[in-house]
Amino acid sequence: MKRQIPLVLVFIFGMLLAIQYFVPSEPSQRGYEFVLDWITIIGIFAMVLGIWSQVHVGWSKIKHRSENWQYSIVALVSMFAMIAFGLSPFGGLQGTIFRLIYNNVFIPIQATIFSLLAFYIASASYRAFRARSAVSTVLLVAALLLMLRVLPMGPLADPISSIGSWMLLVPNLAAKRAIAIGVGLGGVATALKIVLGIERSYLGKD
Amino acid sequence: MTFNERLLALDRRWVFLVLTIFVIIPIFVKFAVPLSPPKEVRDVYNFIEDLKPGDYILISLDYDPGSLAELHPVAMAMLEQCYAKKLKVITLTLSQTGAQMAEEAVRDVADSCLVYHGFKPVPGIDYVYLGYKPYPGLIILGMGMNFRIPFPQDYNGTTLDSIPMMRGIKNYDNIKGVISLSAGNVSDMWVADGNGRYNVKLAFAQTGVGVADYYPYYQSGQIFGIIGGMKGAAEYEYLCKNPGTATDAMRTQVFAHAVVIVFIIIGNLAFFLGRRAKARTQESK
Amino acid sequence: MKYIILLFLTCLSLCLSQAILAQTASSDPPAEAALVPSEPPAPPGNLTLKDLPNDDGHGIAVKWDLSPDDGAGAKSVISYDIYRSLSPDAPDSLWKKAGTVVLGVKSYADKGNRESDNDDYLPKKTNLYYRVYAVGAGVRSVAAAAGPVQAYDNWFNTLKVPELIFCVVFLILTVRFINMAKRGIDLYVRPLAGIEAIDEAIGRATEMGKPILYCLGIGTAGDIATIASFTILGRVARKVAEYQTSMIVPCIDPIVMTIAQETVKAGYADAGRPDAYKEDSVYYVTSQQFPYVAAVNGTIIREKPATNIYLGYFLAESLLLAETGVMAGSIQIAGTDQVSQLPFFVVACDYTLLGEELYAASAYLGREPLLLGTLKAQDYLKAIALVCIFALLALRVFTGADVIHKPFDMPWW
Repeated sequence: MKRQIPLVLVFIFGMLLAIQYFVPSEPSQRGYEFVLDWITIIGIFAMVLGIWSQVHVGWSKIKHRSENWQYSIVALVSMFAMIAFGLSPFGGLQGTIFRLIYNNVFIPIQATIFSLLAFYIASASYRAFRARSAVSTVLLVAALLLMLRVLPMGPLADPISSIGSWMLLVPNLAAKRAIAIGVGLGGVATALKIVLGIERSYLGKD
Repeated sequence: MTFNERLLALDRRWVFLVLTIFVIIPIFVKFAVPLSPPKEVRDVYNFIEDLKPGDYILISLDYDPGSLAELHPVAMAMLEQCYAKKLKVITLTLSQTGAQMAEEAVRDVADSCLVYHGFKPVPGIDYVYLGYKPYPGLIILGMGMNFRIPFPQDYNGTTLDSIPMMRGIKNYDNIKGVISLSAGNVSDMWVADGNGRYNVKLAFAQTGVGVADYYPYYQSGQIFGIIGGMKGAAEYEYLCKNPGTATDAMRTQVFAHAVVIVFIIIGNLAFFLGRRAKARTQESK
Repeated sequence: MKYIILLFLTCLSLCLSQAILAQTASSDPPAEAALVPSEPPAPPGNLTLKDLPNDDGHGIAVKWDLSPDDGAGAKSVISYDIYRSLSPDAPDSLWKKAGTVVLGVKSYADKGNRESDNDDYLPKKTNLYYRVYAVGAGVRSVAAAAGPVQAYDNWFNTLKVPELIFCVVFLILTVRFINMAKRGIDLYVRPLAGIEAIDEAIGRATEMGKPILYCLGIGTAGDIATIASFTILGRVARKVAEYQTSMIVPCIDPIVMTIAQETVKAGYADAGRPDAYKEDSVYYVTSQQFPYVAAVNGTIIREKPATNIYLGYFLAESLLLAETGVMAGSIQIAGTDQVSQLPFFVVACDYTLLGEELYAASAYLGREPLLLGTLKAQDYLKAIALVCIFALLALRVFTGADVIHKPFDMPWW
């Protein structure tokens, strides 16, 4: 029963929503909106699961003094502090403390993590862009031309910019479109497999 | 270890150090970076320029603090352009962590209009910020039926029907176009659900990493323009005649790209010299 | 006396507040202003009405011939106003303005609201009447009138016929190939180096006594890539249990975490070692992209896993994860359907599954007829798409025919 009921539900809702896509009538639209509302509600319940998991894992590490358990204290204190400051008695989401932490801690930290990409790209490029073969040489030349678009190249700026735009609009587009078609078809196939109960990995194993 | 081998096995921390130095230098050494906006950026600018005062436009600020550097300058320049043209601007965000950042952008640019254009757009009359709701795909679909389905109230809790500029505005049919500033897959949802289902006119501002993915949509006409990365943001500021943080950051990008190119050249030189030395050694054996 | 002054001040303040409110609301489009007729343009002709196709039963398609004064002369038409009413003889106040279109446009899709308490309510199965005026500068023509017309629900969206054909063809191909697979006919699937390397990578981790890190990406449980990754996770978990090594599975979504826990637990049970499963090995980190990658990077640097497997939906954090794995000295196997991230994985990882290879992994690993059949159907559908692309391209290049766009040019009704 533990596996049968979810499979039946997936089949019913999958088929109904697939049919709904082709049926524009009012009952169909109302049914669709009803399902959309429920997806949002279920998502909120899932958040509760997530918070429980984080508290459970963190507390377990602290209790057993596992390796680097101190980081778990920081994680849990930060989580509960932000929840507390975001609640109305402490000013809510528009409150001073929440905004202060958001603007001066959260935003800079997120931006910093993203900025690591620049350094990692540099080290990955140094390691990977070597003309070992014909194909890797093509990759190398393409990467160099696209990076040169940004540099002030004087009289070469326009030709390089044109070549770069051509590369983005023709070969890049062709390759991406081809992969996108494959991914799209693969997505439809996987969705069909899930609706028909052929793909059951999301239920766990038998 | 030969010199070539040492170069090939160079500790990545040297790369990081050199890059750090060359990223810091442009902060003190100021120079202008020539910009030549391509067609896909000009198309977005011209679309807004061709709108008439009173036309409605929706700007979706779907980015988070991680992509602040590349997309926030576009948001600032675009909002100022829309306010200056006296368009009716509907703004929202589909990014969970970007809600306050977006609200501050919308408000701060409105405040700055008083200084630069002599008037201040009034919230509720010239612009409205709807805030954030989860599940971007559902929100985009919901807005196609009626803005009030996902957003019965704006960010401040005012019901949409009591906001003067939202009276009579039902869904995408009442707005001229949507511009989404996003760093992730929200753009895919806008294309599939917004343009695919409701035929809404759509343009994107994307981070440099993801922009190449959306050229197929530009070429097929599903979107009418793309602003890509820091360069795109600087080009948009250039078109708006409003140089800001992106224009300044282009200096850093020029240096950073130059450093990466130099390292790639050094790596390849070391690789070829090493291969030649190995071939000579084998020949002599 | 003071009461008279108080009354006077009250009346004055009421009048002033009304004036202010009227001014505030005046930035709205003004109510219908009385049009002063001087030289009105000629009305539009041949007004036709029909139920708007492919809608929810609250729409009417209105078409007319352009006014002879459309865009010409002193009586030039600027726009057309469309009005709707429940009765042809209703007074002007009961005619609701449905919309306005600019000059040169000779159709309008009146999509009303379906809620009866809404101002823009357009009732179903009720006689409706329309008037269309040609509007000039401060003047408008006499109305072109027509009716009655009724709006009906439509039960099939004719614009989606291509999608329906595609679904039917795909189903036929799938059933055919599943039957072939069930009959024992060998369906060739080319080797996927990334999947074949997983066993070797798990063996390496066992030898080194280090854990395996399995990252499902930043997608939700509804993302196809994440679902495809669950299949491989199950097999990895079984192998990990057999080899008696450990694994770490940090998750970005609570639902993904729940499913991953079930999958890993089942993998351990399949290997006959259910007691070895540690629930804390599959855990939720955070729902945010960069905090998640910061946490996973920290785990990689501290735990130094021998093998990192990144299979699922990834965005900009892909290179952050992969480079950190390189720094930790891990073998890395990656796969994603996000085309923009594939270059980063290719550059930084030892094996990469490109796009739909990730989806094919479940069929490749299990070799079950049902899965193999759908995989082959997918391949044949790609071949059909390729043939159609070349055929339509040749048609366009040599004859100029635009077969794709024409049926969808508005207004198609």
